[in-house]
Amino acid sequence: MTAPELSQPMPRTRKRMNATYRWWWVFQRVSGVILVVLIFTHLFVNLMMGDGVSQIDFAFVAGKWAAWYWQVIDFVMLLLAMLHGTNGMSYLINDYARSRRSRAILQAILGIAAVVIIVLGSLVIWTFEPCPVDATGAFLPGVPSGCPFN
Amino acid sequence: MTAVDTAPAQVGGVPSMTVTLRIRRLNPEGVGDHAAGEDYWEEFQVEAHATDRVLDALHKIKWEQDGSLAFRRSCAHGVCGSDAMRINAKNRLACKTLLKDLNPAKPILIEPIAGLPVEKDLIVDMEPFFASYREIMPFLMPSGPAPERERLQSPEERERFDDTTKCILCAACTTACPVFWTDGQYFGPQAIVGAHRFIFDSRDEGQWDRLEILNDKAGVWKCRTAFNCTEACPRGIEVTKAISEVKKVLNTGEI
Repeated sequence: MTAPELSQPMPRTRKRMNATYRWWWVFQRVSGVILVVLIFTHLFVNLMMGDGVSQIDFAFVAGKWAAWYWQVIDFVMLLLAMLHGTNGMSYLINDYARSRRSRAILQAILGIAAVVIIVLGSLVIWTFEPCPVDATGAFLPGVPSGCPFN
Repeated sequence: MTAVDTAPAQVGGVPSMTVTLRIRRLNPEGVGDHAAGEDYWEEFQVEAHATDRVLDALHKIKWEQDGSLAFRRSCAHGVCGSDAMRINAKNRLACKTLLKDLNPAKPILIEPIAGLPVEKDLIVDMEPFFASYREIMPFLMPSGPAPERERLQSPEERERFDDTTKCILCAACTTACPVFWTDGQYFGPQAIVGAHRFIFDSRDEGQWDRLEILNDKAGVWKCRTAFNCTEACPRGIEVTKAISEVKKVLNTGEI
């Protein structure tokens, strides 16, 4: 009776760190710190200030996005969160996907999802109409009390 | 006056108890119902004191119940690093783990360390682990002729790498690392600890050779700071911190 062959460990493929990979590595750390600040600000403003969670409706969101700085803050948060999350998921795929094929497929799905969400989110933030009107030109019900802005 | 042992040995002084050990076993040649290379759990019950170590319980099994149980141990006192194993899902040295610290009311689970090929029972093939260690060149690389007396070093210079000199190559950290488990590409925490010990040594001049080796996608950059290594280290080395120090050197270019 012979002992079963031990499975050999995969030979190490020498892949030097390149500038892009290192840039993403630093980005991951920097964006993480910025996101902590942004997300807790977001949660505090939305859930703690004013009437808390019950205040969130169309008028509340519209009121925020009527101000350019909230548009900028939310856009930065969207971008950083998506890139940070996508990069992290990409690390996970690289760590755990077994074959070249499954790695390529998962990375492609991840990339497409990230692009779609970033484009969609940016469109919502930058083309948002806080004071929508009906056919007659009157404000629709539920618009923020400050309409029209600007 | 000669010291005489008058008091009888207080065997009952420490409470004794029956503990159950569930051991993950594998016989490369097959045994009983189990095919060659099939792994399975087997339970053993041993009479032990609360102050006994897991290694003592394993000895009792091997010596009194089943001589075929295979595990490594050499010094049995936490210095040689031979008996790292996964005890209750945590990597530890069997010779440093007391039964009373493991909730003996439940079966104690004992498995071989993960991520390395199992040869028999708790014995794994350590070669991939040692291969990584060899790659980082774990020896002093000075330049110039050897001095006539010791290479001197200040306490401050020593302090920088003191923590990583404690490594005993037991592989508890590397085999606790979730990235090491994936595809065997990662050097593993231990190799980086081994490199750290020389990179931050003022007497060594091969720092950049080692850093060049670790500046690989499968080197320090594969570390995801899961902290499993720091938690697993039986010597209390702050492994994740050491890895981060190497990353910092690679990012700033300054040692």
